[in-house]
Amino acid sequence: MNYKRPKADVVIVGLGWSGSTMAEELTRAGLKVVAIERGAWRDTSTSFPTTRDPDELSGSVRKDILQAPVTETYTVRNKVGQTALPMRKYHNLTLGNNVGGAGTHWAGASWRWLPFDHQPYSHVMQRYGAGQLVDGLILQDWGVTYDDLEPFYDRFEKIAGTSGTAGVINGQRQPGGNPFEGSRTSPYPTPALERSRANVLFAEAATRLGYHPFPVPSAMIGAPYKNALGLNLAPCTYCGYCQLYGCGNWSKSSPNICILPVLMQRPNFTVVTECEVIRINTTPDRKMATGVTFVDSDGNTGEQPADIVITATFTLDNTRLLLLSGISTPYDVASGQGVVGRAFTFQTLSWGFMFFENEYLNPFMNTGALATQIDDFNGDNFDHTGLGFIGGAGIQSLSNQGLPIGMAGLLPQGSPQWGKGWKQAFRKGYQNYAQIQGQGTSFAHREQFLDLDPTYKDRFGQPLLRITFDYNENDRRSGRFIRDKCVEIAREMGATQVGGDSFADRPYSGYTPWDSSHVQGGVVMGEDPRTSVQNRFQQNWDIPNLFVIGASSFPNNAGYNPTVAVGATTLWTAKAIRDLYLKNPGPLVRL
Amino acid sequence: MKRRDVIKGGLVLMATSTLASIYKPAYSKTYVGGTGAWRATPPPPLSVVDGSRLVYLTPDEAKLVGAIFDVLIPADELGMGATEAGCVTFLDHQLAGPYGTAAKDYKLGPVVEGLPQQGPQGIMTPAEIYRKGLVEFEHAVHAKFDKSFTELSEEQKITFLYGIESGAIAFETLKSDQFFVLLLQNVREGYLADPMYGGNRDMVGWKLVGFPGAIYDYRDWIVSKRGKKIDVNPVSLLGRA
Repeated sequence: MNYKRPKADVVIVGLGWSGSTMAEELTRAGLKVVAIERGAWRDTSTSFPTTRDPDELSGSVRKDILQAPVTETYTVRNKVGQTALPMRKYHNLTLGNNVGGAGTHWAGASWRWLPFDHQPYSHVMQRYGAGQLVDGLILQDWGVTYDDLEPFYDRFEKIAGTSGTAGVINGQRQPGGNPFEGSRTSPYPTPALERSRANVLFAEAATRLGYHPFPVPSAMIGAPYKNALGLNLAPCTYCGYCQLYGCGNWSKSSPNICILPVLMQRPNFTVVTECEVIRINTTPDRKMATGVTFVDSDGNTGEQPADIVITATFTLDNTRLLLLSGISTPYDVASGQGVVGRAFTFQTLSWGFMFFENEYLNPFMNTGALATQIDDFNGDNFDHTGLGFIGGAGIQSLSNQGLPIGMAGLLPQGSPQWGKGWKQAFRKGYQNYAQIQGQGTSFAHREQFLDLDPTYKDRFGQPLLRITFDYNENDRRSGRFIRDKCVEIAREMGATQVGGDSFADRPYSGYTPWDSSHVQGGVVMGEDPRTSVQNRFQQNWDIPNLFVIGASSFPNNAGYNPTVAVGATTLWTAKAIRDLYLKNPGPLVRL
Repeated sequence: MKRRDVIKGGLVLMATSTLASIYKPAYSKTYVGGTGAWRATPPPPLSVVDGSRLVYLTPDEAKLVGAIFDVLIPADELGMGATEAGCVTFLDHQLAGPYGTAAKDYKLGPVVEGLPQQGPQGIMTPAEIYRKGLVEFEHAVHAKFDKSFTELSEEQKITFLYGIESGAIAFETLKSDQFFVLLLQNVREGYLADPMYGGNRDMVGWKLVGFPGAIYDYRDWIVSKRGKKIDVNPVSLLGRA
């Protein structure tokens, strides 16, 4: 059965952080907005009460909150010539499956990206020249700078209630914060949370080594706070059930507590849940989008016509929707031409692992982002001359896990994994294990891309998205450099057993334990239609009433988590739609 | 056409559209701003699994699994062993539910083996793997000792499991080392998950490491107990189940 819904001014595909942020802006401007979400409605008091949320088995073990591979998955191969195969079980990419998207279950690290991260090409060319780039690396500016985005970073933090300690305000260094951060116009809305024992040991060691530790800004609210939309957020209680859990305390910023209660008061907003958009519709000449087609949970096909189409799905699904809809030119790896699926990046993780002898680290008192970091080796905060790579990593003591099933295999080297010996080793290791994560930059490469899989299909018979990715030489060099820094600090912390790892030294896998869930690019914004799908306002170069928002717009990944950068660029685009596009519908950038 | 659910609140969008096609309410739901305080469908209430009868495993399978589990997590001065802690009950109920049927896995073909980094490609479910794996496990025990695993000495059991863990002792069709990984993961889950799932009796697994359980507020301790021992009786979601 096919049906057509009444036309809307705007249809938004996906109601996670970017979709709900955009919906709030556009409904406030008076537009009639319909959002279409694949997952179900969820709210804090019903779905995530503290009387049932602290349950490791259903949470981080069975991952009940995530969208399941049976609904949609991705195929993966390391390089052209290999056969991509589907990720059949839950993997490292953690998609949301509810209203609120991944913003409901995220870990909560809340970063502004460095000025460098938005203009990496200009910066590298100016400081080092093209000789600094390994062969095949793709480096390009976003077309929007940190200074352009600063007011929107500021606004998003005030929606989220971000906690942290400012490092630079109006160009002035602030004690205790990150001295390398882009200049802020105001402090964090709420203060940084208390530190864990491991965080304190890290900060002391890093200071002795001459580095500059600071608390990682986070979604865990630092004090009672009324956000920019008038909603009350509560202080975090360090319960440790953050990543892959909803928050029953109203103390982890999410669309569900920071935006949706306001949005749902507005008669010009509608969300249709449990419907999967399968295509963006266009006029026959492909000059304008006309709406979207979706399949509801009874298998009926519906159409939502709209004057403006905004897709705000998971990064990879933004690319897939464009490819399924035949919009813009797909990237062709052989010729290097085409844009959709190009400039795809992951995150380069390095680690230092350590065991102490007689600590009480009490790992269960944590948050998803209870971390103390140094940025001395992030972005271009250090001189890369002679190092053979660009980028680096945020290096952090991360206290984000204390749940026993997840820690049952984290044992001092040489310990048995079962039997009596395991019980003794686990008992000791649980209180004595700590980790330093190097969350590294990732730059695009000619041979890393996304396209449609020729073999595997989803439940509707549409092709799955195919990921062709392996770490490039820049990743491998930066990964080892950062691993060595992690190990250096771990030793200084006084651990008796220290190990290090750089994931980029092995082939990419979607199943590497402790790996990142951050993927970026594929529908990137930029200054040149030959190397970007969208202009600096995240507006499609070919179809002016189509905007694809989210981390799919970023042509490189920073040594940070992406959410706040996603929020800032979403608000930047919302303002452009409101103030520029509505007055004069058409391309906002003319070449 | 199934009409499994009713759109909340009698909304205007249930009306037919102006075109020939008809807007059909589906399981999918429409929420219109300004028309109500929206609430999610409540999840089913939490309950403790009933360990008095088996729901998936046969009695023989349960006995064998229990014997294996008790080598992986034995009783000692640090606490009871896996079977006494309810790990077999835990597994039995897990295998009878969505975990056992791999309800969330992508199972469409073609099914081919790939590179290790491409992840598991098999589409056998955990329930199927246990049914077959336990038979092949016993066959391998008989081939080596001419008796059942449950009849071996403690030392023989340990030696045999090392052989399974390393893959040195092979099964007829399944990969023995992968079956071992599943056994170890599941017994740990049973020993350490909330007791409502059937294992972790008296929160023995949590007491082993000092994990306080389903506590969600540590504000009083985050500074005062930093680096210090915390003596607390753990709590489970349904009280002291």
